[in-house]
Amino acid sequence: MRNTFASTLTTLALIDQRIVLLSGDIGNKLFDSFKEQCPGRFFNCGVAEANMTSMAAGMALCGLRPVTYTIASFVTVRCLEQIRIDVCYHNLPVIIVGVGAGLSYAELGATHHSCEDIAMMRVLPNMTVICPGDAIEVRLALAAAFKHGGPVYIRLGKKNEPIIHNDEPVFQIGKGILIREGGKEVCLLGTGNVMPVVLETANLLATHGIEAQVVSMHTVKPLDECLLEKVFSQFKIVATVEEHSLLGGFGSSVAEWLSGQRTRKADLLRFGAKDEFIHGAGKQKTARQSVGIEAGFISEEILRRRQGHSN
Amino acid sequence: MKIGKLETLARQVRGKIVEMSHRSQAAHLGSALSCVDILVALYWNTLVIDPLKPYELHRDRFILSKGHAAMALFATLAFRGFFPENLLDTFGSVGSCLEEHPSPGCVPGVEAATGSLGHGIGLGIGMALAGRLQKIPYRVFITISDGECNEGSTWEAAMFASVHHIENMCVIVDFNKWQATGRSCDIMALEPLAEKWRSFGWSAYEINGHDMNKLTECLANVPDHSGKPVAIIAHTVKGKGVSIMEDDNNWHYRIPTEKEVLLAKKELGLL
Repeated sequence: MRNTFASTLTTLALIDQRIVLLSGDIGNKLFDSFKEQCPGRFFNCGVAEANMTSMAAGMALCGLRPVTYTIASFVTVRCLEQIRIDVCYHNLPVIIVGVGAGLSYAELGATHHSCEDIAMMRVLPNMTVICPGDAIEVRLALAAAFKHGGPVYIRLGKKNEPIIHNDEPVFQIGKGILIREGGKEVCLLGTGNVMPVVLETANLLATHGIEAQVVSMHTVKPLDECLLEKVFSQFKIVATVEEHSLLGGFGSSVAEWLSGQRTRKADLLRFGAKDEFIHGAGKQKTARQSVGIEAGFISEEILRRRQGHSN
Repeated sequence: MKIGKLETLARQVRGKIVEMSHRSQAAHLGSALSCVDILVALYWNTLVIDPLKPYELHRDRFILSKGHAAMALFATLAFRGFFPENLLDTFGSVGSCLEEHPSPGCVPGVEAATGSLGHGIGLGIGMALAGRLQKIPYRVFITISDGECNEGSTWEAAMFASVHHIENMCVIVDFNKWQATGRSCDIMALEPLAEKWRSFGWSAYEINGHDMNKLTECLANVPDHSGKPVAIIAHTVKGKGVSIMEDDNNWHYRIPTEKEVLLAKKELGLL
């Protein structure tokens, strides 16, 4: 996702001279093409995320279209107040891009895990939160974010994630994308870098004779309420999957929405990281397994709930 | 504008601030009074601005990073003609656009919302860099408090600005020697303050922040052609201009009584 981000940004910046890139001392070589083709518009802001974010806001106040970029946990939580006040209070077109969503950098330890960023970003007024599901969605999300013209958080995975789309989809902020048609029993709503796990879950369910519908809910805020209304009335089980804490993230926002609905048919199951720091060395796959962000676990839980329905 | 006229304006702004604090029961009077001379020097002498064209692209920018001194900024902007003076009477009242800290776009002339400390310099650098990229040669002035030098983000910004030789930018430290609950030098190791800015790659000047001659002279010298951003350490007195308030930190939060408003106005030569 990050390579696509860099190349897309370069393409867009060649067209729009207002685009500037602020990096928190990260992306060695990643932005060489941007630096070469857009001279004077790349700023290495050092390991100083608070100042980077304030500067981006100041630039936006004077007509530029800044993008801030570093590891997801640092570009959000480290400078939360600068995002809240300088960017969101002023409602400025600053795009905040975090790389290493969720457990992408699991091996670096909990300091580099980012399982709270969706929660922190989505509570901020004026903020839009987008978690692209693959490189195609990254490209489309970035273009849409520039068109949007307000604060946007884009949450990237790492690199070489599988592509989840067969064709180029229609991308609209706040509108989920149907990835796989299903029967009438189970609908899987995933967001961001966890989409391959969601698709694997659908494959496992298929071996049990359940054709699950799969949707990429790339935008966590604003939520696609139309889609939610449909799936909660059409399906028996709706499951949310995210590489983020079960507190305050995508599943939580769906649960919040659901609590305001008068009637519903489907049960909501939420899958994500537990409310705890992950200890012990290991890469993303191991870390995911340790918290249950895994197709085997998710499909079993869904089957168990389905079993409960028929009892 | 002549120095005497600037001094008169400063007295009038101070009188209005004391009135506003009493009327709205708003705190931070001492902090507002300490930076009045800085604001008057800027708005009547230094800044290239036109109150009738507050969004003109080439204007100099000013950010009151110590947003708690909003009364001083609002009174200055109104007296300078950015909005009608009678709007000041609504300060802090229900539904007024004039809140106790400046909100985004609340009135013409307010360039940025402030209130939480340590944001103004970063915002200002962003503005200055935007000017550089767009080849519009405006300057950016930022007034911060000494308490604000506690914030790490102040020094993040300081390190960035000098490396990028942002010379069309000036930070004025309203060094009134107090922060909310005590002497600023007892709470954090501020001194030697000018040396700190110099060691971060800035041109630093120390002046009496109530001496209109020195203020106008020093502010006119931005950029100072050293290739460095400029820091002016303005030594000031908290509560300046009203004897019972001067250097008494109770006036960080205290609200003046009607009698004290009268006393203040007399001392300021407004009655």
